[in-house]
Amino acid sequence: MTRRPLLALLGIIYVGVIAAGFLTPYDPLVQNRDDAFATPTRVRFVDAQGVFHLRPFVYGSSHSPDTAYPVQFFVRGDRYRIAGVFASDLHLFGTPGPARVFLLGTDQYGRDVFSRLVHGGQISLLAGLLGAGLSLAAGVLLGTLAGFYGSWVDEAIMRVAELFLALPWLYLLLAVRMMLPLHMDPGQTVLLLIAVIALVGWARPARLVRGLVLHTKVREYVLAARSLGASDVQLMWRHVLPQLRGVTLTQAAVLVPQYTLAEVTLSFFGLGVAEPVPSWGNMLASLQRYHVLASYWWMFLPALALIPVFLLYYLLADRIHQQTAYSL
Amino acid sequence: MRFLARRLAHGLVVVFGVTVLSFVFAEAAPGSLIDELRLDSRVSPETLATLRDRYGVDRSLPEKYLYWVRSVARGELGFSVAYDGPVGPILWPRVRNTLLLTVPATLLAWLIAVPVGVWAASRKGGWGDRAAAAVTTALLSVPELLIGLCLLLLAVRTGWAPTGGMVSLDFAELDAWNKVRDVGWHFFMPVSALVLATAPVLVRHVRASLLDVLHAPFIQAARASGIPEHRILFRYALRAAANPLISLLGLSIAGLLSASLVVETIMSWPGLGPLLLDAVAARDLHLVVAAVVCSTLLLTAGSLMADGLLYLADPRIRAERP
Repeated sequence: MTRRPLLALLGIIYVGVIAAGFLTPYDPLVQNRDDAFATPTRVRFVDAQGVFHLRPFVYGSSHSPDTAYPVQFFVRGDRYRIAGVFASDLHLFGTPGPARVFLLGTDQYGRDVFSRLVHGGQISLLAGLLGAGLSLAAGVLLGTLAGFYGSWVDEAIMRVAELFLALPWLYLLLAVRMMLPLHMDPGQTVLLLIAVIALVGWARPARLVRGLVLHTKVREYVLAARSLGASDVQLMWRHVLPQLRGVTLTQAAVLVPQYTLAEVTLSFFGLGVAEPVPSWGNMLASLQRYHVLASYWWMFLPALALIPVFLLYYLLADRIHQQTAYSL
Repeated sequence: MRFLARRLAHGLVVVFGVTVLSFVFAEAAPGSLIDELRLDSRVSPETLATLRDRYGVDRSLPEKYLYWVRSVARGELGFSVAYDGPVGPILWPRVRNTLLLTVPATLLAWLIAVPVGVWAASRKGGWGDRAAAAVTTALLSVPELLIGLCLLLLAVRTGWAPTGGMVSLDFAELDAWNKVRDVGWHFFMPVSALVLATAPVLVRHVRASLLDVLHAPFIQAARASGIPEHRILFRYALRAAANPLISLLGLSIAGLLSASLVVETIMSWPGLGPLLLDAVAARDLHLVVAAVVCSTLLLTAGSLMADGLLYLADPRIRAERP
């Protein structure tokens, strides 16, 4: 597989979680206390009499287990916002009346796991993406400055980077997490988590970029530009920065999954996004109780959802690395 | 020996820097356990003032740091507010338990990764190589969190292995032999999780660095002299490929410590990881600083060990040529 289909698949995943309100039937915060840990609803085509129906239907759960309710498409339901801007109440699918369609079951408060999974992806996936973007930007900036100017600038930046690299990353993440208050409101948490991730992650890209800049700044075309009177900013922007493309892209493909995992891990330990707002990490936190772990397989789904995302990024990193290595 | 001395000095400087860095993080942390006590109406302002004085909350950062360094010199490593005692005695058993887990896991992961990597490299492009690549890629995309949870599920459902902790409930009544067996049995799950989380990366690196060497002229010469293939692979090629792999040994310890934090917490292994998590949640600053510095110490010790091995394995480094 080349780069393009991988990027397209990743794009579909990200667009999907952004359009979570439309794709999922329920508000992720709405509780159905009568239906705690409901098994995934079977969507059926054949009824008890053995008659085939073209329109899929579900049986009502605890309220009316023998009545069939059709699954309808483009139904009105809970209100939601997409990207905080477009308000609507149109959902891709749903059922009328008291019946509920829980595609992936419910959690301990009877909240729809499918709705929470897709909504939770917004926080987990976007925190990883933005965190990696921010830490890469910081890393490229500091690495370029260190490599380009050398002497004490280089010394100062790289000595600090060494300290950040001397810590196992989860320990570093927890140390940085300590700077934030324990209880935060969810909107703030996401932004602060992204900042934490960026602070944890700048050192590795900075070191890689510095090495490449050291190598690039003595190339003939850079020296020629300098002799023509180009300023430092021009040299860095026009002549050095384009050389960093391969390293930056490969690093991005490596870092995004790692920082997605950072959010998941922190929230899993109760130090990230707090209930009731869903994130893949805090959804997994209920697995810390043995009876949930042993009895309800659908509670594993947020962790399973990470696998395809990681696999795509992993293959992408491989491809970018190969392509840029050949083009050098 | 100058090489090793230089590495040692560098490691010490880094560890010192990390203590300062983690103190800066701790200083920026809002709130402390004493602030929580303030909300409790049963605690009088005088008591609070005494506590603030005893824990040095109102001192400046350099003063706090000096105070901490003095306490490190006494072997106390600071004072834990949550445990109401010096950090040292709380920390050491936890470090021992983490080492008990990570050292066998490292050894086992390398014991698996080296033969598999060599085997895959010797059959480059064949079905075996492709199968190994598929398995390692698949395992790489599974987060250690999920590996840990799945193994725990297996333990809970089947009852083959203990579901957590380090010893059974009746540990104190067992005789010496059964104690060893009991702890060994509890090792099984966390060590397998760590090996599954670390070995795939190692396999890929062993394969890659071996492939770099296999095209070298001296390998062809060895082949032409009729030396058997397995001897070429393990005696000649692996030795020449050892240099980057030994560096990787030092680096792999960092990943292993992070994975170990997750696995220890999931499997309730009384190591450094759960201690740090509890300390962060309780705002027990000295304990956090000590645990973080400890992880750096382990990491630095690991890379120093790798440097030592490199010194033994690579004659160019012994010859001190730059």
